[in-house]
Amino acid sequence: MSRPEGIQLMEGNHACAWGAIDAGARFFAGYPITPSSEIAEVCARELPAYGGIFIQMEDEIGSIAAIIGASLSGKKSFTATSGPGFSLMQENLGVGIYQEVPCVIVDIQRVGPATGLATQPAQADVMQARWGTHGDHSIIALSPATVQEMYYLTIRAFNLSERFRTPVIILGDQVIGQTYENIKLPDPSSLDIIERIKPFVSPEDYFPYQPDKNGVPPMAAYGDRHIVHASSTCHDETGYSNFKTQTNRALLTRLKDKIYNYTDEIVDVEHFGPDHAEVTLISYGASSRVCKYVVGEAEKEGIRVNLLRLISIWPFPDRIVREALGKTGAVVVAEMNQGQLIGEVNRVNATNTPVYLASGIDGALIDPDIIMAAIREALK
Amino acid sequence: MAVNLGYKEYFKSDALPLMWCAGCGNGIILRAITEALSDLHIPPHQVVISTGIGCWGKADDYMKTHAFHGSHGRALAFGTGIKLGNPDLHVIALMGDGDALAIGGNHFIHAARRNIDITAIISNNFNYGMTGGQYSPTTPLSSSTTTSPAGVAEPGFDVCALSETCGANYVARTTAYHVTQLKRFITAALLKQGFSMVEVINTCPTHFGRRNIPGDTVSMMKYLKDITVSKAGYEKLDEADKEKYLVTGELVNRERPDYLSVYREMNPGGPETDRGEGH
Amino acid sequence: MNKTNMAVTIRIDEAFCKRCGFCIEFCNANVYEADKDGLPLVKDPEKCTNCRLCELRCPDFAVSVEVVDNE
Ligand SMILES: Cc1ncc(C[n+]2csc(CCOP(=O)(O)OP(=O)(O)O)c2C)c(N)n1
Ligand code: SF4
Ligand code: SF4
Repeated sequence: MSRPEGIQLMEGNHACAWGAIDAGARFFAGYPITPSSEIAEVCARELPAYGGIFIQMEDEIGSIAAIIGASLSGKKSFTATSGPGFSLMQENLGVGIYQEVPCVIVDIQRVGPATGLATQPAQADVMQARWGTHGDHSIIALSPATVQEMYYLTIRAFNLSERFRTPVIILGDQVIGQTYENIKLPDPSSLDIIERIKPFVSPEDYFPYQPDKNGVPPMAAYGDRHIVHASSTCHDETGYSNFKTQTNRALLTRLKDKIYNYTDEIVDVEHFGPDHAEVTLISYGASSRVCKYVVGEAEKEGIRVNLLRLISIWPFPDRIVREALGKTGAVVVAEMNQGQLIGEVNRVNATNTPVYLASGIDGALIDPDIIMAAIREALK
Repeated sequence: MAVNLGYKEYFKSDALPLMWCAGCGNGIILRAITEALSDLHIPPHQVVISTGIGCWGKADDYMKTHAFHGSHGRALAFGTGIKLGNPDLHVIALMGDGDALAIGGNHFIHAARRNIDITAIISNNFNYGMTGGQYSPTTPLSSSTTTSPAGVAEPGFDVCALSETCGANYVARTTAYHVTQLKRFITAALLKQGFSMVEVINTCPTHFGRRNIPGDTVSMMKYLKDITVSKAGYEKLDEADKEKYLVTGELVNRERPDYLSVYREMNPGGPETDRGEGH
Repeated sequence: MNKTNMAVTIRIDEAFCKRCGFCIEFCNANVYEADKDGLPLVKDPEKCTNCRLCELRCPDFAVSVEVVDNE
């Protein structure tokens, strides 16, 4: 098969694979797991034609390890999985963050913990994406709500990973991954693609972890004459081990600042519905689709409801959510879990606005009635 | 002409003294690797050392080549991506016995099965050195370690037999004592296309030695001599005696096609293209 | 005098030597002896056969055997 032209009926997982290929991904390593396997299947079939390589590793620990390795060798790389595999990836996710390796990890969420309702949708890996790997760290995570958005957000995930030299997570879910919708892949030449910054000094003067003015070190690849020493041990700008407390402090601070000082550049939200509302829904991914429906249903009942849809989840859009809280009578956070992102909403709730949870844990797309019930509760 | 630095072209002399204990054979293996690279004139920028976690896993800090130091047991998984990301590279994975065969055992058997073109150099010191001398998958039955005060109840792996069964193209065993052989096997392994594995029986005087071998660092080194026998010598032993020894020598040397060659043959595809230029 | 008619200079870098005793114990030509602290002394350099095994077997990169041309 070749690149789909024109308007196509496509599932989210396929759109993800094409987004990656169009972003320049040339290496995929993965381990099969429903509901993400189609991403691997498209890569296995399509990557060779682009000079790329697909490999099915022995497990997800090996998969994330392989994409980190390939990225250091200069290839844009990614993997895709679901909850159990995402759990196995956590240790090496930290390695990728610490060594500042651009790569993309797609988590098509399903119901957990453990095997749970395998293959049924959930959004319960949100906090795992944030804090799953041990130690202080920052993370970027994006949450697509449509098949077309899956395509564009995959490209954005690669762009952000290269721009910030860090792993980026796509928090999809079974609904987005396996729903078929009409989409159109754009002309690849029309896309803005970010490539990693190469060193601009001679090999002798190159320190692989010497940051640029924005805190991100220019990145040579294995095989270049600029020698790269990538270590999961505390290191200074040379990349070699350095156990001084001030080195550790400087590294942890830079890794945080290089992302959090640029939160506004990363944050992406959609405001839907009337400017001013009695109740504001805050949601993301598949749940936010239901929220859009609920906004219309509520209007029919004469209730003014709007939606703040988070397209990027991490870093959390503190300022925007705080503003939304300050402008509304009450907030309903709609998510397919027992309440995860609602904790972040409460954290930034400077106005003590009442916050309610609409929790969908039925292994299906969240029921609009659950959200309506939360709205009615909020209006009591 | 640049001066020939020999092994110092690869070895970071300014990082001396080494962090390892007195009489630890890790430095001997490191010397052999850097000497072999020098003999083969492989440019340092075409080498990536991928280390595991452990005492031997610290070796990357002494290398001037490209290097990767990741997580415990995963050196081969990272190395697989490094190699596939740039097939021109010489990828050398340095792993302890615990690293390669316990936590990393799955990656080890699959790297060998795939026959991916990586050279694995395993320092087998019969225990977990870095964490204080606990038993590992190669600790000989009944040895004393910090987690087997009454003796290990599990038999150890034969690392070479495992590698052979899984499909490695080159398998050799030597010791930190047999330094010329060590360098020769590493050289052959580096030249071999496909998965190559050199098991180096190594000293850990601080832990395994202190608990199991009376005497000092020299006794530990002599022990390596005492428990090994050449292939020819092994054949002459009585069956009953064979169990007492580890065979040294080149145990496998074959030419199965390596992973990437097979993959490329089946997926000819296009050359490396920039985005959008494929079809 | 060694067979090759070459003189060798053996240097032990005391800063890196950890006194493991390998060079002393395993030298076939008995070139070394230990001082009272276990530090190797190059006792009989003229016996050296330039096999360089001590150099390769020193775990701490502390031995260097250098051939000095006699002529
Ligand atoms: C996931 C994980 N578990 C445990 C450890 C702790 N750990 C560090 S090194 C090591 C074992 C090292 O033994 P070996 O691989 O035999 O190498 P050696 O130190 O003997 O050279 C362990 C268990 C770790 N770093 N990561
Ligand atoms: S603990 Fe053992 S393996 Fe580790 S440096 Fe010391 S002697 Fe070597
Ligand atoms: S072998 Fe090296 S470290 Fe050991 S005693 Fe001799 S010079 Fe010192």
